[in-house]
Amino acid sequence: MVDAAGWRAAGASLAAGARVLVAVWATGDDAGSRVHLATRRPDGSDLAVIALRAEDGTYPSIGQYHPGAILMERALQDASGLRAEGLPDPRPWLDHERDFAFLPAEGEGLHRIPVGPIHAGTIEPGHFRFTVNGETIVRLEARLGYTRKGTLGLMQGSAPDAAVRLAGRVSGDSTVAYAWAFSRAVEAAREVAVPPRASALRGVMAELERLANHAGDFGAICNDAGFPLINAHAGALRETILRQADACFGHRLMMDRIVPGGVAADLAPVAAASLRAELPAWLGRFERLVELYGKTASLQDRVVGAGRLAPDLARRLGCGGYVGRAAGQDFDARRDAPYPPYDRHAPAVPSLSAGDVDARARIRIAEIRASAALIGDMLDALPEGGIRAALPESGGEAFGCALAEGFRGDIFAAVRLCGPVVADAFLRDPSWFLWPALEAAIEGNIVADFPLCNKSFNAAYSGCDL
Amino acid sequence: MGLIVHLALQALEMAIALLAAPLLTGFVRKVKARLQRRAGPPLLQVYRDLARLVAKEAVVPEDSSWLFRVSPYVIFAATWVAAALVPEFATNLQFSWSGDLIVIAALLGSARFFQMLAALDSGTAFGGIGASREAMLASLAEPAMLMIVFTVALVAGTSQLSAIATFMHSGAEGLRLSLALGLVALVMVGLTETGRFPVDNPATHLELTMVHEAMVLEYSGRHLALIELAGAMRLLLYMSLIACIFAPFGIAPPGAGPAALALGLASYAGKLGFGAVALAGFETTIAKMRVFRIPNFVGAALMLGLLGTLLLFMSASL
Repeated sequence: MVDAAGWRAAGASLAAGARVLVAVWATGDDAGSRVHLATRRPDGSDLAVIALRAEDGTYPSIGQYHPGAILMERALQDASGLRAEGLPDPRPWLDHERDFAFLPAEGEGLHRIPVGPIHAGTIEPGHFRFTVNGETIVRLEARLGYTRKGTLGLMQGSAPDAAVRLAGRVSGDSTVAYAWAFSRAVEAAREVAVPPRASALRGVMAELERLANHAGDFGAICNDAGFPLINAHAGALRETILRQADACFGHRLMMDRIVPGGVAADLAPVAAASLRAELPAWLGRFERLVELYGKTASLQDRVVGAGRLAPDLARRLGCGGYVGRAAGQDFDARRDAPYPPYDRHAPAVPSLSAGDVDARARIRIAEIRASAALIGDMLDALPEGGIRAALPESGGEAFGCALAEGFRGDIFAAVRLCGPVVADAFLRDPSWFLWPALEAAIEGNIVADFPLCNKSFNAAYSGCDL
Repeated sequence: MGLIVHLALQALEMAIALLAAPLLTGFVRKVKARLQRRAGPPLLQVYRDLARLVAKEAVVPEDSSWLFRVSPYVIFAATWVAAALVPEFATNLQFSWSGDLIVIAALLGSARFFQMLAALDSGTAFGGIGASREAMLASLAEPAMLMIVFTVALVAGTSQLSAIATFMHSGAEGLRLSLALGLVALVMVGLTETGRFPVDNPATHLELTMVHEAMVLEYSGRHLALIELAGAMRLLLYMSLIACIFAPFGIAPPGAGPAALALGLASYAGKLGFGAVALAGFETTIAKMRVFRIPNFVGAALMLGLLGTLLLFMSASL
């Protein structure tokens, strides 16, 4: 708990770059509302949370010091009613009932193109408002909040075992990473040690999820550049991984397999051997696609130089994952804030500085190679033993928080337990920092390149709608 | 008797343009899918889609005028007539005197003009984007088409397609550089005009990248069916055009007997099949171009056409 001066000082340390923003959220109970700020050091260490009592329903905005916080504070304003004083952009985010005006852009020959929230393809709902000059984008604003599920409210008062299922549904493509982040927060609050075998299995699941998503994204990026051949093959590669995941853990997306205290399903030796044997051939098929990607001049012409995100902007917005790492950032929670099993299996973390669509695709390629190697190492050194530690039935009020690296970037989970149930929880998707980056990166590009750039960011809609 | 046969052949020609066009489109899709290791939709799926669309209610935007409702019929009629004017399997059909290459280009231009007006009339942002992109393409593709017409007409001494086909078939001219340039230019113009790779992606669902599809986004029901059918006929037209000018072998001469006509039909089907496979192969190995690169592509077609014409004059003056 800090006072307003301490809160502002924390905001200033974000602006100075001494610390990095992880999340801003609010909780409330009979004792009143509190806002929480999670930060870490730039090197990844010292994840710390401070809280401020929100007197009169207001608190000093972090967004006025650090632009990366603006979206989260706008959402917080709609969800909790707390007003951020000094917030540079106080327009609503989740609440579609309130008046909303898109940011203005004026000049001769400018016109606006509204796109969505219903799109021609089967994708999540989001509205994009382009201001364009001919084909050139002058300004883009994304508006989300069409899939608000009230997940955080549902979690309140439910047992951790039930809450982790909700956490795994915040963004379905990252269900493993979400369940892991939430489980680690609960384990931190209750000081439970996870058996080594469970940790290793969690690692295998998370890396399988990364392989499947990165392979799918790689194909989808090529498809949006008008090269469906790679997409067809990448789709088959993704399907191979999903089937292996089904054979190994009993669910294609490995949903609800990570639970507080360990994992819900053990890995049979036969399935493990099959997965281990499949990997080299899978990687061989993938490398052929990478070769085709690099050799197809017409494809390279589309991806190189499109949607550039400057490294400085990526740093200021706090972009993680492949977006940040393609734009000169070098943070990976698995390496820089290591948690088991990554303390024993450190991943190779690629970093590029070009910041364009090509760089984001190549970061994914490098991460697929690294993940495949990790899965092999983890399976080779799979510890024996139990797969789940019992959680204490009850206990006093306890707070825990944790980071877990999903395929999109680091997912933050914070949970306050009260007796046998969750008093309140918060889950921060990496996409909170990706959407503003996409809006900035697209400026000066042409309208027709937006789908390609959007796909290379692949920010989650659902993860920000909560 | 002769007149009846001529009329019957002309009717067959028109029927082929109308009925075989969806099959050709379906075949291209199938080959593309197979090249991408997908099963792909059935060959007859395009017919089923058209039947489904015809049976559906046509929804018209509230703010649109009569132009929006009339345009599909104009586009369909103009494209059908243009497609039927290209000799497919026999030359000197009943109505071939009525139109030459320039008429075909003009008919397609009119169809495009109405398409663009209707897109603007729909009042949506995408209609406007599509129409503006189409206008940019047309301003380069149409002069390129005219240059190709000049080249071919100068070589053959006529712009009448039947006569050109007969002339080319006779082999009197032999190989000419101008014709080679014209062929490349015509393929490029054809890819542009039919909305294929690398200019446009006929299969995309991304509204912001569309050219032709963006203009027809607001259409539904029978209106959409007519436009889709016109699109399929345009593909058939360009393939027939390339076949009749540059590969007229097998085409039945005037007054040919049933055997020659059968040979003409078989060779025509073979040419279309070859064209479809070539198109699918080309589209599989190339990514779509950035929109602002497309003028370079179509501009190259214009330059090739121009070069072809100039070379003819130079060789004539030597």
